[in-house]
Amino acid sequence: MARTLINLPQAPRRGELIEIRALIQHPMETGYRPGADGKVLPRDIVRRFSCRFNDGAASELVISADLFPAIAANPYLAFHMVATGSGMLTFTWEGDNGFTQTETVALKVA
Amino acid sequence: MSPSTQAMQKDDSQNPAMLWVQDGEALWNRAVGKSEKSCAGCHGAAPAAMRGVAARYPAYDAAAQRPVNLAGRINLCRTRHQQAEPLAAESQELLGIEAYVAFQSRGLPIVVATDPALAPLRERGRKFYQQRIGQLDLACAQCHDDNAGKRLGGSVIPQAHPTGYPIYRLEWQGMGSLQRRLRNCLTGVRAESFPFGAQELVELELYLFARAAGMLIETPAVRP
Repeated sequence: MARTLINLPQAPRRGELIEIRALIQHPMETGYRPGADGKVLPRDIVRRFSCRFNDGAASELVISADLFPAIAANPYLAFHMVATGSGMLTFTWEGDNGFTQTETVALKVA
Repeated sequence: MSPSTQAMQKDDSQNPAMLWVQDGEALWNRAVGKSEKSCAGCHGAAPAAMRGVAARYPAYDAAAQRPVNLAGRINLCRTRHQQAEPLAAESQELLGIEAYVAFQSRGLPIVVATDPALAPLRERGRKFYQQRIGQLDLACAQCHDDNAGKRLGGSVIPQAHPTGYPIYRLEWQGMGSLQRRLRNCLTGVRAESFPFGAQELVELELYLFARAAGMLIETPAVRP
């Protein structure tokens, strides 16, 4: 399990535009670099990130992003959404070598 | 440091080094070795027990009769008290624990250890800092004292204050210790570098911390 740092505002007002930040521990090996032995290291990157919001009634996609080899290690993504109500935010990272990680964080509006 | 790098360091939700701090917290509480003891088993909770420790290291270890830095102390603790294998230099585990321990001193000023055994070692560190070395025949002081603030290629030459180690360095795409940084510089002046844990490097660390006395610890720092 990779470690993650997920940050969202505590108790935003209903209808407020909020910023969500998600950072995950990942080497993001490009597949172009030689290792210490001179051989090219195989590519190992996160290919796709998505965030879904579930308010109990329906699950809605907030954002999804494709990631590519030029992205730095430990990729950090920040994005905005309108806090329409309380619910659960589900963050999913998928990548090479069967890498997949899901984190769920509760969003509570004031 | 550019404003964007500073912003990255100041915001714990953006600072990737906080991932290592999290790792370190888990390791602090994990029992290891034949003693089945965790760090917390002796020291208790790190925020209280380790507050200010990183601000006064390196220290002199009387039993080993040599100066030890924070990573050295962690490994001595592992072998003496936990009866566990020492962690490899620059391993993710060691960097994690070191970052977690040093993180507890964030915001505290660096103090110079008064142990009389350290004084001659610190003096040797100072001499090394001013000694020209390597094929480029450069001393640390020539860049970091005489030309600090100017540019070497595209990068600003810093004043060499070790306030934020272990650091997350963007060039490394990961975490590294002060000794890794020192070895980088030694290679940079085309000098033969010392192995990790060498006494020469610890003496240089001693001098650098004395030189930075009063500056605030900012671990875990982000550097370009």
